[in-house]
Formats: sequence, C-alpha cells, structure tokens
Amino acid sequence: MAQHQVNYLQEGGLPVALTTVDKLVQWGRSNSLWPLTYGLACCAIEMMAAGASRYDFDRFGTIFRASPRQADVMVVAGTLSKKHAQFIKRLYDQMAEPKWVISMGSCANTGGMFNTYATVQGVDRLIPVDIYLPGCAPRPETLQYALMMLQKKIRRQSAFSKAKPKRLV
Amino acid sequence: MRAYTDKQNAQAKAYHSDRFYKSPQLAKDKVSTDEIFSADLKSLEENFEISESYIQKGQMVLFIKPNDIKAVMKHLRDELEYDFLSEMSAIDFLAKSNQFEIFYQMLSIKKRKRLRVKFFIDNGEAVESICDIFNSANWAEREMFDMFGIVANNHPFMKRLLMPDDWEGYPLLKTYPLIGDESAQWYEIDLIFGKEHRAVVGPEIRDTKRVDQKDTTQFARVGSEVPYGTKASNEKTNFSEFQEDGGVPFITRFRKDLQKTLKKRK
Repeated sequence: MAQHQVNYLQEGGLPVALTTVDKLVQWGRSNSLWPLTYGLACCAIEMMAAGASRYDFDRFGTIFRASPRQADVMVVAGTLSKKHAQFIKRLYDQMAEPKWVISMGSCANTGGMFNTYATVQGVDRLIPVDIYLPGCAPRPETLQYALMMLQKKIRRQSAFSKAKPKRLV
Repeated sequence: MRAYTDKQNAQAKAYHSDRFYKSPQLAKDKVSTDEIFSADLKSLEENFEISESYIQKGQMVLFIKPNDIKAVMKHLRDELEYDFLSEMSAIDFLAKSNQFEIFYQMLSIKKRKRLRVKFFIDNGEAVESICDIFNSANWAEREMFDMFGIVANNHPFMKRLLMPDDWEGYPLLKTYPLIGDESAQWYEIDLIFGKEHRAVVGPEIRDTKRVDQKDTTQFARVGSEVPYGTKASNEKTNFSEFQEDGGVPFITRFRKDLQKTLKKRK
C-alpha cells in the first residue's frame, strides 16, 4: 500500500468532515451506480464502448452487472419491441429500490424511426424514466454525461424520503 | 381560381399517390434464350403442367399448379440439381384478385443458376409444406404464416415465428396499417397492466415532429428542470454539485490555476 504522509495541521486541518446523512448516503449511491447490462440494439454497442477501457465507466464507480437484483440503474439501450415489452417490466420490478432508469437513444425515448406496429413508442409507457438521452446512437461520451446528470439528480434527492409513487403503477 | 389547400402541416402530407402510376416492370425474355434453363423447362414440362415461364434478370420464373409443389420441388432437387431453397414466402394480391402468390426461390450451386417457382392460391387456402424436402422451408413457412396467415399443411411446428403467439392480425397484409391496428397499439399495455390502464398511459404519440417545450410530462429541459407535470420555467435549477457550494462532500471544484502542467516527463 502507498504510504501517505498527511500533515493535519497544514493540509485542511483535522481529518474530520462535517456533513449531513443525506449528502453522505447519496454521495455513496451516486458514486456506485451499477447498471444492468441491458443492450437491445445498436445503442448497446455504444454502451459497451462506454463501459470498456477507452471511455472507462469504472472510474465513475459504474460497473455493469448481469443480474437485475444487483443493479441500481437500467440503461435501456436500444429499440424495445412489443414482444419484449413484458420482460423489461419484469426486469425493472426485480431491481431493488432505489432504482433509476436511463432511456438511451431515440428508439427507447419515443420509438424513434421505428414508427411501426412492432415497436414500443417510448419505454416511459412501461417504466418510469429518469434521464432521456437523445441520439441515434448516442456516443459513449453522451452516455457518460447522462450518467453524470443522473448522479447530480441523485445527489439532490433526500436519502430517506419514502419512495414516491412513480409515474406508472 | 385555385382551390384552397391547407398549408399547415405540409410535411405530413408530402406523400401522395399518383392514380396513373404504373410500377416499372423488368423485361421478360423467352426461356429459349438460355440453354440450361430451356433444358430444365423441358424436363419439367414432361412431368408437370407449367402455365407460364420466362426469364427475368437472368432468373427463370415458372408458374405451376398449387397441388404439384411437392413433386416439382423433389424433381428440381433430385433431377435438376437445384439443391438450395434460399427463400419462400407470399405476396399479397388480395385487392387485385383475392389471391396470394406463393414463390420459392431456388439456387443450383452446380449450374450457377437461380429459378423461381410460383403459383397462386385463393384467400383462405393452405399450401403444402415442403419441410421434408428442404429444411430451410421450416422457418420460412412459419414466417409466411406469421405475416400472411397462410397455413402450411403437414408442417411439423406451425406457430408464429416473429410476432408474439397472442398477436392479432397478420402484419404483412396490405390492409394492415403500418402503425398497427388497435390491438397492436395497445398490445404491451393490455398484456402488462390490463385494459383499464389504457386511460392512464394514453395513446401512442406517433407524430415524431411534435415538440412542445412547455410540456413537462414528456421531457425535462436540461438545466431548468421542474417536477413532472408542473409549469415549465426558464429559471436555472440550482445544482449544488461541489463541496464549496454546500454540495456533496469530497467532490471539489477543479481549479485550473492551482494545477501544474509538466513541461517535461519527470
């Protein structure tokens, strides 16, 4: 382990930081957002790129999990077909509170260019969405930005507020 | 004087249908212009009734009787070396003659030739499955059933291929609207939440041009967000991001003036 020499009298005084529980808890939550690997279409490629070493999601504490029970964020990356719609709801319900949703790309936001019979016209018809990320497909930087916006949103929330009834059911 | 036309929403009406439009047709050549094809056709005509035959774009097209399909396929595979069924499906001619055209696209790897076997069936009729001759027809026939509702008799597993099992309607019919009928538009809502939830969610927004900045139920404006459904405002949302601003502990503002840039690697 690295040896750090800290001069308490010079560098910021005593090693004590005063804060509120809200801020501390939400600081912890926002810096360990574990998204569910939920790639549905071409946006998934950008999501994978954002997770890989060049863009490196790990430095935000964001580690992709393959199970909804270990995940905090659902990044809906891609076109949601009507055949698959029931599974997104099931996976969302399996995620433990607190949970957030990033709707990534035009298809997940509004159905995008798939103005057809087989595509769900926006995932917010099925699950509540926190961040809508535009683009077709959004670049990895954009997904990083969306994640940082989500972190900001979480940091503003109260840690122990009762989970509000979300928009749908 | 010209009749008044509404110029509002002109983009949505950009698509027009020309009543006198005739779709371009490829030229049809005689089968006798190609040696291999004319030999194939001769062999087929000895055994089956061929109502029409021509060459289009270097591929022979044959029209046969619906009942002959299994025997024709067997003949093509075993005698004429057409050993690959690359695609089969149907074409909707219901508006024209209340019929479906069924086509089978064949490839002979040895002869380097492609031919297409076609026949018409009436609406509501079934075709005979050719799964036992060409395995690739298995999913193709299921897709044809999925998209057109045409059943293939004696198919081992006649079930929808692409759409969900409880889907209503056949999407590739020309009468089927692109955005789906009522059951299609509410499919996922009815399935997951139940029919009474339709009023909560509301109909699908199919107008992709529609942008309403004041609508806070759809999108929040970055930087000046307000709670769901409340009145939009131009005021900046107060993010207290940094510790110095009374925000999150341990996260401090990056100050460029305090940073040191190395001119040279240490």
